[in-house]
Amino acid sequence: MSAILNSETQKVLTDPLVNNNPVTLQVLGICSALAVTSQMSTSLIMALALTSVTACSSAAISSIRNHIPGSIRIIVQMTIIASLVIVVDQVLKAFVYDVSKQLSVFVGLIITNCIVMGRAEAYAMKNPPFESFMDGMGNGLGYSLILIIVAFFRELFGSGKLLGIEIFPLTKDGGWYDPNGLMLLPPSAFFIIGIIIWSFRQWKPEQNEAADFKIMAISHGEGGHH
Amino acid sequence: MYKDKIKERLDNCKHYQKFDAYKAKVLALANDSLEKTIAIAFSLCFVCAILVSFAAVALRPLQIENKMMDMKKNILDVAGLLEDDTDIHQAFASQIEEKLINIETGEYVDGIDVALYDQRKAAKDPAQNIILKREQDIASIKKKAKIAKVYLVKNVGVIESIILPMHGYGLWSTMYGFLALEADGQTVKSINFYDQAETPGLGGEVVNPNWRALWNGKKVYNETGEPVLKLIKGIVDTNKAGSEFQVDGLAGATLTSNGVSNLVKYWMSVEGFAPYLDKIRKEG
Repeated sequence: MSAILNSETQKVLTDPLVNNNPVTLQVLGICSALAVTSQMSTSLIMALALTSVTACSSAAISSIRNHIPGSIRIIVQMTIIASLVIVVDQVLKAFVYDVSKQLSVFVGLIITNCIVMGRAEAYAMKNPPFESFMDGMGNGLGYSLILIIVAFFRELFGSGKLLGIEIFPLTKDGGWYDPNGLMLLPPSAFFIIGIIIWSFRQWKPEQNEAADFKIMAISHGEGGHH
Repeated sequence: MYKDKIKERLDNCKHYQKFDAYKAKVLALANDSLEKTIAIAFSLCFVCAILVSFAAVALRPLQIENKMMDMKKNILDVAGLLEDDTDIHQAFASQIEEKLINIETGEYVDGIDVALYDQRKAAKDPAQNIILKREQDIASIKKKAKIAKVYLVKNVGVIESIILPMHGYGLWSTMYGFLALEADGQTVKSINFYDQAETPGLGGEVVNPNWRALWNGKKVYNETGEPVLKLIKGIVDTNKAGSEFQVDGLAGATLTSNGVSNLVKYWMSVEGFAPYLDKIRKEG
């Protein structure tokens, strides 16, 4: 890989996977990570859709970055992102109809995904198109990684399946596994994402942020009865 | 060579020369000048509009095809005619007969192209729909189309099954589905939902084949002709009287289960397909 990409490009592509993951470190894109991760198939398609939108929108915004008027900067970015999202939505409806039915509004909501806007504003406005494309791709893949991990656990423990293929036979079909209904509801993704963030930060302690304030014990005389 | 020709023609075109000169002028302006802001906004919208409309128009035939295919697949499925290797278009064309009926009288309607009639669109059109009163509207659908589409499976001219479209509100979404009845207009063959957004794994289990199989052989109407088929909490005790009018509720999805009960009750009542089913029973 390093033969094709120089070290800087490689860094923008691989850094967002673990070291600077948009979901676990920056805590962006959480809403769709809750909504679409009850099955692997929807998560994979959503991951693909978001990665292609982030990569293409970053490249497009970067290629006109020197001519974007500052006063309508955000609107210009939104217009480009929204157009690409509509195109992706149309493509999904044409080629993977069943999955697009399940994703329903969430493909459209990529427009408001903070990762896409975040990369446009933070990276693509200042860097050349190819690097921006790679940066968008890297961040999309970082998001995808988390989505797929979450979906893996939710689908496996929530319905005993992976990609629709039965792994644990369910009790209602005569098997032994009694599925965990909570795993199918959005809050379970909170727990799983929380555990992922915790384990990433155990693994790489430099990701821990400095505390904004210190929790202190209340001493006698301050908080008592008056 | 091809490129050169285009370039040559463009270079000779007066309008293009003007455009080119203007482009150079705008790009040279300061980014925050009013003229450049407007020019950039306009040209960006132009490019994006072309991109979006191109995608929408180019992909529309595929999307319509997908929708039709999905609908036909669901109708064949509920009729029990769907195998893994079924050629959907061919099976649908040869085995299913589409008919339009007047929802209030149950009479067949002629003179409208069946294949093109879209009941969901008609339900939204003030000229073609009926607004429901609150007390009528147990399925929470607010309005219904005056003309409904029904699907018949016939064997040598004799009706084998009647497939009726139904919809109603569950917990999160309006659920659209089909109910297949035998020719007596009383015994259920199958049910399915082709468009719903209930909680996956809980209410979303309305699409589970095991649960759907429970509907087979259930009865819709009691002796007085009331539609009494409904979902109950827990598992139906088949030894008890009246179990033929009951189906297991969906575990953990009380509101979706109520929604299914209500929509079946609504569409099987005089508000829905009861007049049509009466007619079928009399005339065959």
